[in-house]
Amino acid sequence: MSPQILGVVVMFIATLFLAVPLGRYISKVYGGQGVWTDLIFKPIERLFFKVSRIDPAREMNWKQHLVALLTINLVWFFWVMFCLLNQSWLPMNPDHNPNMTPDLAWNTSISFLVNCNLQQYSGETGVSYFSQVFGLMFLQFVSAGTGMAAAAVVFNALRDKTSEHLGNFYNYFLKSCTRILLPLCMLIATIHVFEGTPMTFKGIDTLTSVQGDTMHVSRGPVAAFVAIKHLGTNGGGFFGANSAHPFENPTYLSNIVQMIAQILIPFAMVFAFGFYCNKKRLAWVFWCVMTVGFLVLVIPALNAEINGNPYITQMGISQPGGNMEGKEIRFGSIASAFWCIATTVISTGSVNSMHDSFMPVSGMNMLLGMMVNSFYGGVGVGFLNFFIYVILAVFIGGLMVGRTPEFLGKKIEAREMKIAMIIALFHPFLILLGTAIASYLAAHDTNMGWWFADAAGKHNASGWLNNPSYHGFSEMLYQYTSSSANNGSGFEGLADNNPFWNISTGIVLLFSRFLPIIGPVAIAGLMAQKKFIPVSSGTLKTDTGTFGLLVFAVKVIIAALAFFPALALGPISEWMKMH
Amino acid sequence: MKRDRKDGLFKKELVFEAIKQSFVKLNPKYQFRSPVMFTVEIGTFVMMFVCVWILSGEHSQGSFAYNLIIFLILLATLLFANFAEALAEARGKAQAASLRKTRQDTPAKKIALLGEIFVNEIHIVPSSQLVKGDYFVCEAGDIIPTDGEIVEGIATIDESAITGESAPVIRESGGDKSSVTGGTKVLSDKIKVKVTTEPGESFLDKMIALVEGASRQKTPNEIALTILLAGFTLVFIIVCTTLQPFAAYAKTPIPISAYISLFVCLIPTTIGGLLSAIGISGMDRALRANVIAKSGKAVETAGDLDVLLLDKTGTITIGNRKATNFYEAPGATLPELIHASILSSNSDATPEGKSIVELGKKMLTEHPLTANKFDKYKAEVTYQINFTAETRSSGVDLANGIKIRKGASDAVKKMVENAGNTFQQEITDIVNKVAANGGTPLVVIENNKVLGVVELQDIIKTGIHERFERLRKMGVKTVMVTGDNPLTAKYIAGKAGVDDYIAEAKPEDKMAYIRKEQAAGKLVAMMGDGTNDAPALAQADVGVAMNSGTAAAKEAGNMVDLDNDPTKLIEIVEIGKQLLMTRGTLTTFSIANDVAKYFAIVPALFITSIPALQRINVMSLHSPASAILSAIIFNAIIIPMLIPLALKGVAYKPIGASALLRRNLLVYGLGGVLVPFIGIKLIDVVVALFM
Repeated sequence: MSPQILGVVVMFIATLFLAVPLGRYISKVYGGQGVWTDLIFKPIERLFFKVSRIDPAREMNWKQHLVALLTINLVWFFWVMFCLLNQSWLPMNPDHNPNMTPDLAWNTSISFLVNCNLQQYSGETGVSYFSQVFGLMFLQFVSAGTGMAAAAVVFNALRDKTSEHLGNFYNYFLKSCTRILLPLCMLIATIHVFEGTPMTFKGIDTLTSVQGDTMHVSRGPVAAFVAIKHLGTNGGGFFGANSAHPFENPTYLSNIVQMIAQILIPFAMVFAFGFYCNKKRLAWVFWCVMTVGFLVLVIPALNAEINGNPYITQMGISQPGGNMEGKEIRFGSIASAFWCIATTVISTGSVNSMHDSFMPVSGMNMLLGMMVNSFYGGVGVGFLNFFIYVILAVFIGGLMVGRTPEFLGKKIEAREMKIAMIIALFHPFLILLGTAIASYLAAHDTNMGWWFADAAGKHNASGWLNNPSYHGFSEMLYQYTSSSANNGSGFEGLADNNPFWNISTGIVLLFSRFLPIIGPVAIAGLMAQKKFIPVSSGTLKTDTGTFGLLVFAVKVIIAALAFFPALALGPISEWMKMH
Repeated sequence: MKRDRKDGLFKKELVFEAIKQSFVKLNPKYQFRSPVMFTVEIGTFVMMFVCVWILSGEHSQGSFAYNLIIFLILLATLLFANFAEALAEARGKAQAASLRKTRQDTPAKKIALLGEIFVNEIHIVPSSQLVKGDYFVCEAGDIIPTDGEIVEGIATIDESAITGESAPVIRESGGDKSSVTGGTKVLSDKIKVKVTTEPGESFLDKMIALVEGASRQKTPNEIALTILLAGFTLVFIIVCTTLQPFAAYAKTPIPISAYISLFVCLIPTTIGGLLSAIGISGMDRALRANVIAKSGKAVETAGDLDVLLLDKTGTITIGNRKATNFYEAPGATLPELIHASILSSNSDATPEGKSIVELGKKMLTEHPLTANKFDKYKAEVTYQINFTAETRSSGVDLANGIKIRKGASDAVKKMVENAGNTFQQEITDIVNKVAANGGTPLVVIENNKVLGVVELQDIIKTGIHERFERLRKMGVKTVMVTGDNPLTAKYIAGKAGVDDYIAEAKPEDKMAYIRKEQAAGKLVAMMGDGTNDAPALAQADVGVAMNSGTAAAKEAGNMVDLDNDPTKLIEIVEIGKQLLMTRGTLTTFSIANDVAKYFAIVPALFITSIPALQRINVMSLHSPASAILSAIIFNAIIIPMLIPLALKGVAYKPIGASALLRRNLLVYGLGGVLVPFIGIKLIDVVVALFM
């Protein structure tokens, strides 16, 4: 095994070994059992609750949970809009970065609020340290906490009981931040500091090179930012180049740490479900389904990147390192290919290489990872998305064994199906509709007026494509897929910092974040109120390989059916043409 | 009403009627009920307009002939789906018609009511004019005009018209066998009957309406499935409409016919077209099993049952207890015991008494007697004591002074010991042995001296053990309800293979048991016939009343079994499960089909402008036009090909849920992916011949 391959295998196995105990710890945190972090954080939490006059013991039903979740998110949105629009006069702006334009601020605050981090600005010049720390980094914490708290509500609802009371939202939320995210972030940030990542509030450094040139080097509180960026599957980089930047991801070791950090909680949430609901076998089935999906996507990508670009091979140039266009030498093609699929199946969206430069197969698999959006998925929300597919699979499977479908002893009826179907529908709807509008405008080269102007000041829609033809189509498709999956990575090569893209992707982001939280919480809440049905030999068993296969098939078929024509016009055509 | 189960699915007159109905059902108002087929109809209309448009000079949409063919195939798709539903309905109607034969107007001998008093003045009125609360009489040879309850008299009745059973049954006033059904025939005696249903509201009438589809409401599962299918339809509306700008970007003009074809192929037309046929045929299958269900929901619920309560008598055991053995006491002879037993039972009309006489006479022929020794038993009977609950014994006194008594061992023991005789230890041993084997011992004494013991046994029905085993594999727990003592109940329960039993059961015990199981979230079914069963039948999720049962029981339950066969529930459970399975498997099949259809149509759409896509034309179909035609032809003809499966239902095998899921996933999931690849390729080969 080549050391590069060994590197990614070790990365994966290490994550699994860390995720199982972390899952047990998370389930204890949500279950209110004693954990060692009580010593440090309990007094702090008590203070928070006292100051904000919240009684963490007050149980909420699913509707109250959603009201609390949406209200608190709305407050955060306004706060970050304020930061971004006023950062030029706010403190901690040593580089004198200007205020954001309203459309960019709208896109940025939404995209950080929804855990997406679609960045249409560059961190070095676009935001102040104040905005980075108190706006964006703050949202990276709380948006991850929101997703985890929503998952905790669903866990609670799925435990064998009939109840309206599903715990307290603020309690779940605060504990997600203090007990899970914060301690892990401290650890990861510390490792990064030792690897050479800056952690300072000083402005741009100026130095003179050996040749005598003056260089300006951006820096800032990067280590702290990088930790939560991955742990919370946010993905928004401190610098524009994200984790390809030598300060943000300086070494192969830091690359491994970031890789583990982003997969860790999505893994652990699945196991936490198993521990919390005492369905460990089922949790493993879910994890295996996700892992099979991940492997199906990552292996062809690794293969394509190792073999390099066929056009370059035709020119008689050997590619010993594989396809290295747009990749960092210190990571190599394999760690980069592994990262590109990991960051898209999970909703991180951080990049350590240029996605635009990957082979078409890798590009297609990145798209597929986001189209399915629940082969692991983002912190908390990945499980929620997966849950929707489980409901659909349970319904079809239940009918196939001749019994009214039920999951964990609760019947799945018309109301639950309606919600599940709407959520499953919205994802392709948002992606395809957005791409259709953009394609229509590009195909007709429409004059976009205020909505779009390219570098030369022209308003023609086709100007936002740097690559015409199939690849250009992939870029537009990628942008909406990344938005709808709340992923935040960019295929790049698309001129996307303009009102058209900022506003349209902002709308997609809002819908695609909150509907997939509202839906599963509502389904779980409705299920929790139902009578529990004990298992008999006629019951469809969900903790089996067969059921796992069914869930996998449902995911693949829904994704394939909805997106096949679009993929055929983008990466598939490009791939067929290349070989 | 035992109809031939091997009825062909496609009987000539049914098919003719169904074809006619397929066209009538094209009415959009009717199609609107099924979102999937409604969108197909819209697509068909669009194609019709495209054809007209081409005739009026449009050139960019391809040839008129090609578009016309697509229009015709889409029309055929609609007709096939309509045909499936119409055929299911026609079969239901045929069933209903045969039921109706029993409902024809018959003259009724109505008793006029004068105020509160009956005057025995009889008016002959048509049966349709009888209303609830009326009284009529029926004499030998009369057809009973409508459903009712006997208030006076006893009669033998031929119920073959509804049950198919030729042996006459006895119905009498009072008790649990007082119900009579319209259409059956009185063979002997005279009865006075109170009408219990309004005209047109009897169970049969309700069932007829259900199978005819007139009052068919969608069941909860059907609604949820319709939502799923509507969801898929919406996905494909999005996919097909957004394809237009995508194609414009790729500079590939796509004709309208291709969009419509792609859309119709992708939406789940197979299940959408067959869904209502599956529901109707489920009701129809219940009726074929001679079960009248009050709603489709009841049949569907049966598939989910967890617990089944069964009365012991008549269900698990044959009727009543039967004498199986005589054990003589020390000092007495067997023929003596048998003679005495027969004598004491001769006038006993209970089934137990009759069985003692029957067995005794049979054994006497095997034990020839020396005549004079038994002459004493030929004396005249002077006094007869009937069994009462207090004395728990019965017997006869003979003219020559012999007193024979027969009864429960403790009661008889008291008599023997009061008379100063000993109740031997050997007798006690025999009594205990019989009881431990689930039997009932009766001790026979002559002049207070023990002659011996008669053993009465419950006869467990042959094959019942296997049926319970089958239920267990389905996930249904069986519970035996009996008035026996716990020891006997336990023995019989073990022997019959039921999972649980309620001994010394009173009606309120059944209620309590049902409530307990329901509180634990289980669905409970119960079979019953008596009026005292009515509350439990109403409480149970599925209450199956015997047709011979009282009107109250029939009113309380949600199904009536015309055959009075308590094990019928097994069939009902299977019908319920089949109903759900057929829907589930066809949905899977329908959606899995889309994979192959994509591989046929997507390359066909883009191949002219993107030749590289030729490589995903894995079936190497002849041309874009033939690929599209083959896909929609396959899509259309798969519907009639699956009609037999939809009407008969997917076979249910009690092999456990996981094995069943594996099997169905393999057959209908994997099969659903592979079959259309082969089918479309074959059709393409044929279509290519004409191009």
